[in-house]
Amino acid sequence: MTTSENKGTTRRRVLQCMSWGSAGILWTVAGGVPQARALGAREAVAEAGAFSFVQISDTHIGFGKDPNPTPDATLREALGKIAAMPNRPAFMLHTGDVSHLSKPSEFDAASQIFKTAALETFYVPGEHDTINDDGKEFFSRFGARQAQPGGWYSFDQNGVHFIGLVNVINLKAGGLGYLGPDQLQWLANDTKGLSASAPIVVFAHMPLWALYPDWGWGTDDAAQALAGLKRFGSVTVLNGHIHQVMQKVEGNVSFQTARSTAFPQPAPGQGPGPGPMQVPADRLRSVLGIRDVAFTGMAPAISDNTLAS
Amino acid sequence: MLKILAIAISGVSVGFAGMALAHDMREMAGLAPPPATQLAATAPNAITVDNFAFAPAAMTVRAGTTVTWTNRDDELHTVVSADDPKLFKSGPLDTGDSFSVTFAKPGTYKYYCSIHPHMVGTVVVR
Repeated sequence: MTTSENKGTTRRRVLQCMSWGSAGILWTVAGGVPQARALGAREAVAEAGAFSFVQISDTHIGFGKDPNPTPDATLREALGKIAAMPNRPAFMLHTGDVSHLSKPSEFDAASQIFKTAALETFYVPGEHDTINDDGKEFFSRFGARQAQPGGWYSFDQNGVHFIGLVNVINLKAGGLGYLGPDQLQWLANDTKGLSASAPIVVFAHMPLWALYPDWGWGTDDAAQALAGLKRFGSVTVLNGHIHQVMQKVEGNVSFQTARSTAFPQPAPGQGPGPGPMQVPADRLRSVLGIRDVAFTGMAPAISDNTLAS
Repeated sequence: MLKILAIAISGVSVGFAGMALAHDMREMAGLAPPPATQLAATAPNAITVDNFAFAPAAMTVRAGTTVTWTNRDDELHTVVSADDPKLFKSGPLDTGDSFSVTFAKPGTYKYYCSIHPHMVGTVVVR
């Protein structure tokens, strides 16, 4: 599937885009080596075809407990931050857990809020979106892009190949996230004809590496998926699920989990379990956030920003 | 009498959770409440979910026992048979919700949370 949208990005726009994230650290992944530097350097890295997009995750509409009884309000704040960006993102990715309990009313409420972003949005489900019905309600609302029966899909934007994977359905007892043989086969076919120089972005809900299996933070058959992507010079894997920013680089593959817009979870192994982490109300927004990803040629510049920044 | 027992179960789970006024009893619908003799906190037919784990993770009961799972986590969980085809399957259990299964036949019954599949448990029926 291909998007026809072209924002006609200019070099000036890219520089503006980079300067937007100046509250934080800019991560540039070049040749698989991440480089962090304070923003403001404004190096002239803009190439024709540069663009940016945003990632939000784990909106958990329907959650109603501490530390955030109103995740709808913090989602609106997150979208407000995106709307205030000096340059409009080409689109938005949502890496799952739109809802808390897979209830139609939660999906409907979320839809109404997402609409206010007025951005084309690509979704993958989280395990909270597929309770009891394997995602039927979810896909009926957010599955417009889903070309495959299992809900996975791909699209291209300015020469970057985006792959949305589903790793929260048909989970096995004692296991972690699961892609399954059908999806792995589709992935192999989907990427077969691509040049190794094509930048790849994979997005899925659960981490596609063994981040902390004791808490279920990983995907059983992710290694098989990634083996087929090793030939590519730039692979960026964007996940949600753990409600915090974690990064890892393995060869040319950069793994990145994003913050939630609803509530934080503890660092791996800190505390008895991975439930909602309690934080004082005045600290909540410093642990929720959005992610801005700017593509300037091969290398994505990833900027994670909290709702407090 | 049956109605009173159902309320008692509700009271226990709500008390443990320390919250949940909007306690959802859907999971109890259509299920026969366990006999009164098994309602004590120490009865070997109560399994809790705390911090993403079933406790006790392994339980042995006599045939005919009704086992009740109660979710005390802030997180949603399910109780689903690991057999194929599945022998039992709860709906989503929010904080304070309970789910019961009566085990009529001896055997080893493995189960898991279908949302967090690393959470596993076993009921052995003798």
